[in-house]
Amino acid sequence: MHELSIVASIVDTVTESVAAYPGAQVKEVRLRVGALASVVEDSLQFCWELTTEGTPLAGSKLVVNTLPVVMHCEACAQEVELAGVQSFRCPRCGEPCSDLRQGRELEIDSIEIDEVEQQA
Amino acid sequence: MTTRIVELRRGILKKNDELAALLRGRFISADVLVLNLVSSPGTGKTAFLELTLRELLARGAKVAALVGDLETDNDARRLAASGAPVRQINTHGICHLDAEMVDRHLEAWEGVSLDGLEYLFIENVGNLVCPSSYDLGEKIRVALLSVTEGEDKPLKYPTLFNSADAAVITKMDIAEPCGFDRALALKNINEIRPGIRIFETSAKTGAGMDEWLAYLAEARAKI
Repeated sequence: MHELSIVASIVDTVTESVAAYPGAQVKEVRLRVGALASVVEDSLQFCWELTTEGTPLAGSKLVVNTLPVVMHCEACAQEVELAGVQSFRCPRCGEPCSDLRQGRELEIDSIEIDEVEQQA
Repeated sequence: MTTRIVELRRGILKKNDELAALLRGRFISADVLVLNLVSSPGTGKTAFLELTLRELLARGAKVAALVGDLETDNDARRLAASGAPVRQINTHGICHLDAEMVDRHLEAWEGVSLDGLEYLFIENVGNLVCPSSYDLGEKIRVALLSVTEGEDKPLKYPTLFNSADAAVITKMDIAEPCGFDRALALKNINEIRPGIRIFETSAKTGAGMDEWLAYLAEARAKI
């Protein structure tokens, strides 16, 4: 239940980033969230409107791209994608895997903005 | 109006991660083994930590503890009975500790400096969800589970158990009356975090403490 502070942190970062584009309106914010990030999309969406009010992000859409867990399986010598987070075993050979390559991400991937044309 | 996509690729908890990395560097250069203890409320983190502090002090080690709770300094008072310096962090509603709180309390802690320590324990707020997202700069994250909580806790809270470096099962003295299925609990922990070190302990009888203390000494030697 720390989604509110996560959303507040997203708003701060995006506000700082759009300062380079005066007058720009943020249309969309895209996140990459790993399946092991302990963050629930519904809770993020629930806080979104309230937290973005009165900021350059007001009226923007939050898009959450959830990333599956990817482990490196030593036995297969390759990266494998897990179907869920209930068993950390290679889905190909069944061996336990402890080398996590993806799944804890919690990041802002990109933003889409409408830029004001600069007068010549 | 022109539409533009701006790539940010910024970690949302970047500020915390950066401060945690700084803290980790400071802990390593001061040669202090730092552990972050995480579990649900009621697992027995405080009792386990109190016994750990007592045992380490009895062996002449220099130890201290930071303890996080929403309110009250009850846990700090309990832990201070061990004789170790203890400082309470009250989060006033925040469900986890973060690197900034740890940094601020270390700075403000009169009479305790990293240079004078060998072990620093950080007892997190009782919560199996949020603390897993916040790096505190610790060397070892310990996930605790008591025999009264159900063997499937690791499956229900995979993020925390998967990010742990060691697991401690507490209250082993009442395992039998609780109908605790030891084999199943060990299997579930291993399913989520294959190969993790697991300690089966009791703060009441002292069971498992020798193995745990040997692990701490070994981990400290490897800083």
